[in-house]
Amino acid sequence: MNYEITRNAIDVQEVIDKVISRNAGAVTTFIGTVRELTYGKKTLYLFYEAYEAMAVKKLEQIGREIQERWPDSLTAITHRVGKLDITDVAVVIAVSTPHRDDAYQANRYAIERIKEIVPIWKKEMWEDGEEWIGNQKETVAYPKGKPEEKDLHD
Amino acid sequence: MIKVLFFAHLKDVIGSESVTLEMGGENIISLKKRISDQYRIDSLHTVMVAVNEEFADDSTILSDGDIVAFIPPVSGG
Repeated sequence: MNYEITRNAIDVQEVIDKVISRNAGAVTTFIGTVRELTYGKKTLYLFYEAYEAMAVKKLEQIGREIQERWPDSLTAITHRVGKLDITDVAVVIAVSTPHRDDAYQANRYAIERIKEIVPIWKKEMWEDGEEWIGNQKETVAYPKGKPEEKDLHD
Repeated sequence: MIKVLFFAHLKDVIGSESVTLEMGGENIISLKKRISDQYRIDSLHTVMVAVNEEFADDSTILSDGDIVAFIPPVSGG
């Protein structure tokens, strides 16, 4: 299982171990962590929610896209849901490739795609309130009901 | 019957994570209109829709047994 949603703390090494290969000359690991300050506003903790069955499918799709673009790569992604405290690890992406440039690029591609197509949401909990991120500000709209080609491939 | 799933702020606004509706032969635009009228939500144009765990166009016709998910702009990572 290279693509997982978990309610537990993520073991970073366990994700990395999934992409270790004799053909690999590079492994890049992205670790997304919970930040305390966002534009000066203090977060107490986060709550992540996922449409789990579809989220796993979309992570697998990202894996297939990476495989097409960087054929010799291996990818593993684990995203945590539930209550996360400041500094907790929310997501780990590991990519191995024969050469380092591809490993950096493919890993960057994975996190950007997660932010586009994987049904996971975070709620920021503050001292004076809370808000689901990515909706009420309506900074991203999908007038046709689903992401358009440009949203999917930027 | 179709099952409609709600997430994030939609779940909070609607007060439930899912509803079951008698519906068939209609498209997603009709479903969005029904939900927005019933729950007085005017922001469904920013919401993506998945049918049976795949993103679907507003013109997609719904069939008995479909599981439809309303997916607000995502914020994982």
